[in-house]
Amino acid sequence: MSQPFTQRHIGTDADAQSRMLAVLGHSSVESLVNAAVPATIQVEQYRREGDSTLPPAATEREAIQELRALADKNTVKRSMIGLGYYDTITPAVIKRNVLENPSWYTAYTPYQPEISQGRLEAIINFQTMVADLTGMATANGSMLDESTSVVEGMLLARRASKSPSNRFIVDADALPQTHALLGNRAHALGIELAVLPLDESTTAEDLGDYFGIFVQYPGASGRIWNPAAVIALAHENKALAVVAADLLALTLITSPGELGADVAVGTSQRFGVPMGFGGPHAGYLAVRKGLERQMPGRLVGVSVDAAGHPAYRLSLQVREQHIRRDKATSNICTAQVLLAVMAGMYAVYHGPDGLKAIATEVHERAGALVAALRALDVDVINDTFFDTVRVSVPTGTAEIVAQAAAAGYNLHQVDATTIGISVDETTTAADLTAVVGFFGGRDAFGHVDLDVIQPGLPDDLARTSDYLTHAVFNTHRSETSMMRYLKRLADYDYALDRGMIPLGSCTMKLNAATEMEAVTWPEFGGLHPFAPRADVEGYLELIRQLETWLTDVTGYDSVSLQPNAGSQGELAGLLAIRGFHLANGDVDRTVCLIPSSAHGTNAASAVLAGMRVVVVACDELGNVDLGDLRAKIAEHAGTLAALMITYPSTHGVYEHEVGAICAAVHDAGGQVYVDGANLNALLGFARFGDFGGDVSHLNLHKTFCIPHGGGGPGVGPVAAKAHLAPFLPGHPLAQDDEHYLLGGTGTETVVHGGGPVSAAPYGSPSILPISWAYVRMMGADGLKQATGAAVLAANYVAKQLSGHFPVLYAGDNGLVAHECILDLRPLTAATGVTVDDVAKRLVDYGFHAPTMSFPVAGTLMVEPTESEDLGEIDRFIEAMIGIKAEADAVAAGTWPADDNPLHNAPHTAQSVIEGEWTHPYDRETAVYPVRTLIRNKYWAPVRRIDNAYGDRNLVCACPPPEAFE
Amino acid sequence: MADKTELQYTAEHEWVLVDGDTATVGITAYAADKLGDVVFVELPEVGSAVAAGTVVGEIESTKSVGELFAPINGTVAEINDAVVDSPELVNSDPLGAGWLIKVTFETLPTLLSYAEYSAIIGE
Repeated sequence: MSQPFTQRHIGTDADAQSRMLAVLGHSSVESLVNAAVPATIQVEQYRREGDSTLPPAATEREAIQELRALADKNTVKRSMIGLGYYDTITPAVIKRNVLENPSWYTAYTPYQPEISQGRLEAIINFQTMVADLTGMATANGSMLDESTSVVEGMLLARRASKSPSNRFIVDADALPQTHALLGNRAHALGIELAVLPLDESTTAEDLGDYFGIFVQYPGASGRIWNPAAVIALAHENKALAVVAADLLALTLITSPGELGADVAVGTSQRFGVPMGFGGPHAGYLAVRKGLERQMPGRLVGVSVDAAGHPAYRLSLQVREQHIRRDKATSNICTAQVLLAVMAGMYAVYHGPDGLKAIATEVHERAGALVAALRALDVDVINDTFFDTVRVSVPTGTAEIVAQAAAAGYNLHQVDATTIGISVDETTTAADLTAVVGFFGGRDAFGHVDLDVIQPGLPDDLARTSDYLTHAVFNTHRSETSMMRYLKRLADYDYALDRGMIPLGSCTMKLNAATEMEAVTWPEFGGLHPFAPRADVEGYLELIRQLETWLTDVTGYDSVSLQPNAGSQGELAGLLAIRGFHLANGDVDRTVCLIPSSAHGTNAASAVLAGMRVVVVACDELGNVDLGDLRAKIAEHAGTLAALMITYPSTHGVYEHEVGAICAAVHDAGGQVYVDGANLNALLGFARFGDFGGDVSHLNLHKTFCIPHGGGGPGVGPVAAKAHLAPFLPGHPLAQDDEHYLLGGTGTETVVHGGGPVSAAPYGSPSILPISWAYVRMMGADGLKQATGAAVLAANYVAKQLSGHFPVLYAGDNGLVAHECILDLRPLTAATGVTVDDVAKRLVDYGFHAPTMSFPVAGTLMVEPTESEDLGEIDRFIEAMIGIKAEADAVAAGTWPADDNPLHNAPHTAQSVIEGEWTHPYDRETAVYPVRTLIRNKYWAPVRRIDNAYGDRNLVCACPPPEAFE
Repeated sequence: MADKTELQYTAEHEWVLVDGDTATVGITAYAADKLGDVVFVELPEVGSAVAAGTVVGEIESTKSVGELFAPINGTVAEINDAVVDSPELVNSDPLGAGWLIKVTFETLPTLLSYAEYSAIIGE
């Protein structure tokens, strides 16, 4: 009999919990949480115990068997649909050492750069790869998908263009999902879209006035034309040109940068990342020189450390939404780091020659297909192509597509007389023979002549410039070398496989191996997002179950899993509110109230939903100031759209008055958006939908165990009450637009009728089995136990450290929720030791720092989660107490303020071994402040990194190898 | 470096030095200190018209992005290229080498005196 999964997931056992409870003076976890969570919002007020519809917890083995059964209901055919998604060969060395390696997938976003050098190098490889292939000056560290990248390109053009026009021109030959996304997002912002056929003969009169233009290169139809003249026309009109380009094609055709593009966007999916029924994959965005500071998303740059050595870090962070709020360049925060790492490593492993060979083979296969079809007098529409062609068939397209499907091939039926066919890295001669056969092209022996190859690349667009010339793309050709490179980078980094990452508001809990198991199964990885419904029944069943379970635990009525990040979930929720008000004729309801304590993303998302942000004050305890809220509601009574509130608050407190806050907004005709970032403090004890929420996003990458991936992927489902459900994001290419709606019989459905926010109908489905497995193996009781253990751990840390650091904010009965804020400001005032010093010194003690200076500057926010055991929690407490003693020694004058173990942290091995030791503390104090580190030491690879240097000298591509000598 | 008591000020923490029909504009030492290490400065084009109270540039530090407001109506006569190349001048000499733009104007609005500005920042 195997141990229940709950006991594997929760780090503290009954014995440890009773010791922790004794410190807090509570008799049980239940009584502790019941003392912390206001009685009025507890779930028992709203439904009877045992009413949960979650199935009883499965064992790990049972969950895998059920997932296996769901996987078996999917049918993986040879995908020739194209439209931005291509089958690809993930090099096994990358699959095993990156995608299936917790050193990569359990790391956090590299906000602590000194302990993130490995993935920062991997991301800068990705940036260099994108910048080289697109011919642009600077690429960022990935985007959510191609279509959202195009939207961000449009918004960038709006910011940077000096044209007063409000019009954005869209290539008629763009991907259908990109058309849909642009339409949805432009509408919310009042941007006028003009869809026009574009080619070399397009004139200034054809285009009119506009601030930006978008070109798909090659087009969705597969055709390739030279956009240089159109781009030049755009520049004459003071407009910016955004070009979506296929990275593999760019090894053979002229780059957007060389054609004059201002912004290049796209996806890196076909660089070794499985299609996964739509995601996750890494989109990209790159800009010409001069637009770096207009870029959305995260950007890795090169700076120097305290010893003058080159070191990587995130650049231009102050332009992100967490600082700039409603003035941010975008609302996106999480990127797709794990997938960007994979794509970058695909380029590292294949190198420029290997990529070009793959592209050439793909192109030749397409050329052989075209020649064979034309030999049959089949009307191939394209004169130019890279990997995709369209075929005109006067009658019987549906029969051909059906015949192909029966034989195991998915073609793209474009319309009644047109079929699209795409080839990729995996296409074989046998596949081509089969496809030609569907058009009647086999001789009596089943033979098809594939020896004639029709070239499809325009002569004037042959690529002549170099790419991927840096050593990293020309070194690791053997698997041994590649394996060791990946191991070396992983060794630089601190992930959950080394120790606790107590980041407040980030919920760095266990990502169990069983949960991860199904992610790399071909039945989940090998499906195209627009595959026929019959192929994806297993996925649709899994999605339906997860939607059902998430409504159950949140108290909402319907869930959309489409948003592929928390920020996109916020946007989708706010767009649903917008849609609801518009449908009611309330066109003036555009004011979004946001407390001053909110995460900056809230404000950035509200702006992108076409709303106006009005800030509500918070009191000295970090709670919403009810008086100010009422005043702001009164002031904006006729225009109030929504309130966005985080619960528990961003200060880690169960606000007592949340019911009254929600009621005040509802009374004024507004909707309540509850940010689900802190749901880990609530599951099983209270539900957003019960106490007044109308809509929320959840972070599956926090509460529901999807690993953080070093900065993505995330999944940010949006959950809503029934009245908002018809406005949740839909998708024109969805296999099923009916979604679960909570109702008496359990069989009601609702059509999610809002516009799409992600390129794929179900966002990033290939990682949904992770959250499915978590809920399946925990059951309702297990989820509640996890919440209890998380709240217990946070209160235990708060109590044990309260004698050394003031703990800011507490709710009912002096208790915090699942995280606590340690106030370092008195320490800084007394000793000069900063929050930065403490964070970097924690590295020497073998820890990842807690969240720094959010939500309050000069503080650390600690979230231990339920997955850490008492030994690790006590080790963290010991480290914090040790650091406090060191700071006291600085205050006492034992060590000077500018030469002490805190100021000089982190200490590398080189820094304590090389040269003469001149510091007033010894080497052991520097690197072994506690004795247990001798046998278990994490060595920082670099010393403290100079942030100002990096932002003044912006370098965002691989530095030359000599720089590290 | 200008004498801070003889400069005029705005509530947006900018100083203005008037010489005939030209005003030199920079940010105050208080603002530079609050911003922290300045890493990037974006200034308007020479010859462009500016309107009082509108955003005409950006000052980015390692902590935040601040906006440069035009204190008066006029035309940009000159920008400080040295500060674009070396943004740290804003920190090291905010009232001198860290000046940002010169604007020619016709009428000077009412600005704050040193005493009035000092009261705003609580000094």
